[in-house]
Amino acid sequence: MKKYRIGLFIPCYIDQFYPKVGVATLELLKKLGQEVCYPLKQTCCGQPLANTGAEKEAIPVYQNFVNNFSEFDYVVTPSGSCAYHVKEHFDILKQTPEVKKVRQNTYELCEFIVDVLKVDDLKIEYPHKVGIHQSCHGLRGLKLGKSSELMTESYNKVRGLLEKANGIELIKLDREDECCGFGGTFSIFEPAISAKMGKERVHDHLRNGAEIITATDMSCLMHMEGIIRRKNENIKVVHIAEILNSNRL
Amino acid sequence: MKQHSDKALQFLKDEPRADWHDQTLWIVRQKRDKAARSVADWEKLRHQASQVKDHVLSNLDQYLIQFEKQAVANGAIVHWAEDADEFNHIILDIIKDKSASRVVKSKSMLTEECGLNPFLEKNGVEIVDTDLGERIIQFRKEAPSHIVLPAIHLKKEEIGELFHEKLGTEEGNSDPTYLTSAARAHLREKFLSAEIALTGANFAVAETGTVVVCTNEGNADMGVHSARVQVHCMGIEKIIPRTQDLGVFTRLLARNAIGQPITTYTSHYRKPKPGGEMHIVIVDNGRSARLGNATYRNSLKCIRCGGCMNTCPVFRRSGGHSYGYVIPGPIGAILAPCTDIKKHKDLPFASSLCGSCSNVCPVEIDITNQLYRWRQEISEKKLFPPLKRYVLKVAGFAFSKGSIYDFSGKMARLALRILPRAIVYHRINTWGWERELPAVPSESFKEWYKKNSQKEGGQK
Repeated sequence: MKKYRIGLFIPCYIDQFYPKVGVATLELLKKLGQEVCYPLKQTCCGQPLANTGAEKEAIPVYQNFVNNFSEFDYVVTPSGSCAYHVKEHFDILKQTPEVKKVRQNTYELCEFIVDVLKVDDLKIEYPHKVGIHQSCHGLRGLKLGKSSELMTESYNKVRGLLEKANGIELIKLDREDECCGFGGTFSIFEPAISAKMGKERVHDHLRNGAEIITATDMSCLMHMEGIIRRKNENIKVVHIAEILNSNRL
Repeated sequence: MKQHSDKALQFLKDEPRADWHDQTLWIVRQKRDKAARSVADWEKLRHQASQVKDHVLSNLDQYLIQFEKQAVANGAIVHWAEDADEFNHIILDIIKDKSASRVVKSKSMLTEECGLNPFLEKNGVEIVDTDLGERIIQFRKEAPSHIVLPAIHLKKEEIGELFHEKLGTEEGNSDPTYLTSAARAHLREKFLSAEIALTGANFAVAETGTVVVCTNEGNADMGVHSARVQVHCMGIEKIIPRTQDLGVFTRLLARNAIGQPITTYTSHYRKPKPGGEMHIVIVDNGRSARLGNATYRNSLKCIRCGGCMNTCPVFRRSGGHSYGYVIPGPIGAILAPCTDIKKHKDLPFASSLCGSCSNVCPVEIDITNQLYRWRQEISEKKLFPPLKRYVLKVAGFAFSKGSIYDFSGKMARLALRILPRAIVYHRINTWGWERELPAVPSESFKEWYKKNSQKEGGQK
């Protein structure tokens, strides 16, 4: 496998609230033989501001991101949403060679493993019933899989990695790719709808016998975990990096 | 005025009803999927439709002139209305000119947009909506909650009660066949006595001057065939170049709307009947301004199938009336701010930006992207409250500096650890209404990394 110099981007909410997801991502990339650096001056991709309408205020945040990551072969992050934001919405920066490089080379973790490292079997042992919540920006933005609305050929990079795991049972959901309702600051400004969507997402998993909800994005999982803990539901959330890192490599 | 979030909260208070609304529309979405799957090259068809519309929008002036010329040659009378007010007056003048007072109307979102019904009623005209769903909400003096399924927010029992009151049906009988027959008998009388029939327009064919109207109930035809005078109302964006382009859209429209291969009736109105009169009213009402705006112009491609509403997880759980605009849902949320950005500044935020609407749209309107752009514009126009603007500014600064971000994160985690639950979960914390905040870890990833990377011989 080719060895790249990777800049690890750990999204702000993962840094602050879910450090174990960052650790799992780092360990997994190292196991895959990559040289991983974590630039210490990194903060956030700017999405929380931009999705609230404050794209202009986010420009210095974008700039900080580019300054921290332009030296690497690839930027890898355990978040489809942040990766999508960098690729899609850093278009308002002056498109210097650094900006272009960062936008082009930023990858969500699964996408990086499948498309760049070309690994499809991580030799995972994971004897659990797992439901995949397909985070919208990964699915419809980065096109990590085919969304249910489109009448094109079916594929799914995330499922592809998980279904090879030993002992895993991937459960089928009633609504395969409905939004969980997190939506960044949508969860704060439209709390009723956001929570309702989250509840139904959790119930879909419960109804179909999942023990674990996984996703490429901890933000969706944080939202659903908030509902699960409030209601004491018997189900857990686990970020995909943690599952993929529970391997025999 | 109440914001979308307030009205959504209200809608969700009756949770079983909200679940029913969500599931009903989800079934429509599933029917759409099945119908779309049955068409080979569905995605190519969407793309073709999008290209036809793009072409029309780029040459709209010429096509409108061509359409008018053909329509006049066919014997129709063509009127142009710059805005809603002019449109309403044109319709009233036609009615007055015929000394008429009884008008039937098939479904037309344009007339809703222009407020035609209340205007005519104020001027002593009886205007009866003949689409069943539209008639129901007209009885209730409500706006449609969906552009294709205007009474989707109502249960059959409520319609049974309404018809008992308005049409004298048996009390407590809510059998759909029974109620539909009653509506049919009632509307038949209205059709027979109508002097003027209004319709909307799904498509207007430039090369032939034909207006095409798609209905499932045949009510546009019933009206047009019964009344001596027929009036077709269309926005300037309804043009398609040729008859042969029509098939692209009729294959998409009903499938994407409700999963039907085609609407039961696709009526082509080309010339007045012998002894009759045919009017076509072409309305701008803000459309040409939108045409001149590169960011939002392609929202004019919309063929009003309602597919984005059925797929929208927010629409399904907040109902069409929560949007406070004649066209609700994702497409409404990008159209409404074009008309009044201050009044509708909440709508572009009534979305989780999941992107499903853009994928469903049969003419490839980038709805999600336009929602995002409207958010920027609303922020730039300083339409947020001052506190929110200030918070965003401070956050922009803090997130751009590693050290300030680290410090703020540490303080926030500390606060969450030591503050009493009553304070953390104060009503002002909307996250906490129905959700727990994440458990606070002892250290951030960055703190962990600083400690551990040195052990391993120092990463950057």
